[in-house]
Amino acid sequence: MSQTKERTDHKSSASGDREFELFPHEAATRRWVLSPAVVLVILLSVFPLIISAYLAFSRFKFVAGGFEIVWIGLGNFRKLLTGSQSRRFLGAAAPMPWWGWALLAAFVGGMVFDWIRALRRSAGRVSAAARVRISAARLVTTIIGAVLLALVIRTLQPGGFPGTVVVTLVFVVVGVFFQYLIGLSLALAASQRLRGKRFFRTVFLIPMTITPVGAAYVFRMISDTGKGPLEPLWALIFGRGEFTWVQSPWGARIAIIIADTWQWTPFMFIILLAAVEGVPDSLLEAAKVDGAGVWEQFRKITFPLILPVSLTLILIRFIEAFKIIDLPQVLTGGGPGTATESLALQAVYEWRGINLGGSAAISYALLVLTTFFGLVLVTVGRRRALAQIG
Amino acid sequence: MTASATRPTSTGRRVERQRGVAELSRRSKIGLYALLVFWTLVVVLPLYWIMTTSLKSPIQVNDGPYYIPFVDFKPNLDAWHWALGTEGGQTRRAFVNTVVVGLGAAVLTVGVGALASYGLSRLKYRPRLASVVAFIVGGAAAIVFIAFGLPWQLAGVLGMGIFAMSVATWARRFEFRLSNDDISFWLISQRILPPIAIVLPLYVFFQQLSLLDTQIALIIAYVGANVPIAIWLLRDFFATIPLDLEESAAMEGATRLQTLRKIIIPLAVPGLVATFLFILVFTWNEYLIATVLASAHAQTMPLMIVAQNATRGPQWWNMSVLILIMSTPVVVIAFFLERYIERGMLIGAIKH
Repeated sequence: MSQTKERTDHKSSASGDREFELFPHEAATRRWVLSPAVVLVILLSVFPLIISAYLAFSRFKFVAGGFEIVWIGLGNFRKLLTGSQSRRFLGAAAPMPWWGWALLAAFVGGMVFDWIRALRRSAGRVSAAARVRISAARLVTTIIGAVLLALVIRTLQPGGFPGTVVVTLVFVVVGVFFQYLIGLSLALAASQRLRGKRFFRTVFLIPMTITPVGAAYVFRMISDTGKGPLEPLWALIFGRGEFTWVQSPWGARIAIIIADTWQWTPFMFIILLAAVEGVPDSLLEAAKVDGAGVWEQFRKITFPLILPVSLTLILIRFIEAFKIIDLPQVLTGGGPGTATESLALQAVYEWRGINLGGSAAISYALLVLTTFFGLVLVTVGRRRALAQIG
Repeated sequence: MTASATRPTSTGRRVERQRGVAELSRRSKIGLYALLVFWTLVVVLPLYWIMTTSLKSPIQVNDGPYYIPFVDFKPNLDAWHWALGTEGGQTRRAFVNTVVVGLGAAVLTVGVGALASYGLSRLKYRPRLASVVAFIVGGAAAIVFIAFGLPWQLAGVLGMGIFAMSVATWARRFEFRLSNDDISFWLISQRILPPIAIVLPLYVFFQQLSLLDTQIALIIAYVGANVPIAIWLLRDFFATIPLDLEESAAMEGATRLQTLRKIIIPLAVPGLVATFLFILVFTWNEYLIATVLASAHAQTMPLMIVAQNATRGPQWWNMSVLILIMSTPVVVIAFFLERYIERGMLIGAIKH
């Protein structure tokens, strides 16, 4: 609990009344300290983003002696959602199975329940405007969430076919889930009193330092069922020459998730290790005296204490994982067909095909998707933290 | 006596914390070792495969898996000769580019990020939202002027003029101001951008400045792309440094620069090193932005690796050599800085 205390203190000192101007008459320092970062970000992110926004609503084409950018309104987005690109972008949907409806109903029901509870709780405590905001945020989340859920269920059904949106989501959610799970298990194991801890820690760090392109080529060699090092294993499981990972849609996706997990588990591991080691021994000891088993100690003490770090880690990995491109590009080229094409990779392919407008539109779709998941994670995380304090 | 007895107190440079209240039972020890050894194998197998592949001839690679040099295949140094001898010039250039761009961008990113995060955690900023909007409107206007064919110098001046006029007129009326938290959130959120969304404007930008295919262009682009994450990590490191130390220094008449040099920077070293290493991993290995902004002169190692997948199919042996050459320095740096990461990154993550 001391941790949550610290967090609140930190918060109040940053935004509260404690004045941290120790050195008066230094308006100049104030400016030059922050402006390099702000200027760089405005120049290299904000303006390019504005240009991309313009491109997303236009068509780019070469004409005699140069190029031409024609404003076409929502044309690029229409093409992605309902036009010629929709099969690639959204995929092909199979009919919704009964359990899909059940899942969807459960999701919407849960959101409505949460909404009613939030309104009840805030009744009389916050302004009408704040209540409208609470409702609007939940409404948008429910709609986007339900649409994405339906899309995922219907395109992953037999007879359906996932587009780049769903493929990216599968990479991100499944990949980050395993990275966290493995990273946490390894961190818990490596924090025990064992010999050779330092060796494991150092070795576990290495995959993160290999260039993603290199890692992708290495995994292309390893997943090769004919010449790769695991050839005897594949021959045993699938029969000699019967199967290649990259020719089966799910095989290729799994290969990419494995490579991504290999590369990024170290990131989770190293920070979770520090977090696990930061849990005070006295708390664990007290729990043990109370008769708590190993699992109880973890669930009641360790996990709640490392939850804030975990959420930040997952958020960072989510943001990075949504941009996944090197691995599918090198490992499978997005194939077979478009089975492993991520949104970023689709944007690059469009870019290479000089369809700059389409590429910008896909980038914006990716941006919206990432922002949506980022905001949901941040909100859930903040609520968890508040629940811990209260 | 249990853990409290075995844990060294404040003596020793590196306090090895021991977890686990009681001695582990034999069975759970075996289980834990099994898990750790299993993951070590998972980590090492791909690395081992690169190393052996770098010693194979094309026939040995294509004939099927051969595992142990001297036992089931005869190693040769052909690929190494290719990378360091025949193509030595190209490898050297790509390697130097990677070192200059990777290290340069990482150092600059940490520098810029540290300044900004120091400001955001120690000073108060209250910019008017309207001024920020005015600045972006001015910049957007300049972009539109350029799109309509005005030379960029003139468009820039016009854009600045629009900005100055807006600030002097309508922007004054809106009192709404941003806080430090708003600025941090805005800076950090830039990390969400997929690089492909900004790469074309960057291409045009550097083309206008005649900086395409130079190390400087790559460095600038990488600093811009990584500053948000540096601020994300460093802001929280600075927040963990107690304010009292600076207060007492200020009372004794130290200037801000002295306080920075004598108090803040020494205390922030773990965070700075951890952030540096983290950013270095990104800048050293970056591929997508490099493909667009660099072709021949500024070619970095990842580009050279991908170039080995040319018309004759992937040249695995050559790639393996290049991957080994480019990864070794980072692994070595990571090995020496590892102790800082463990301590350093935690604070950054926990405080957010």
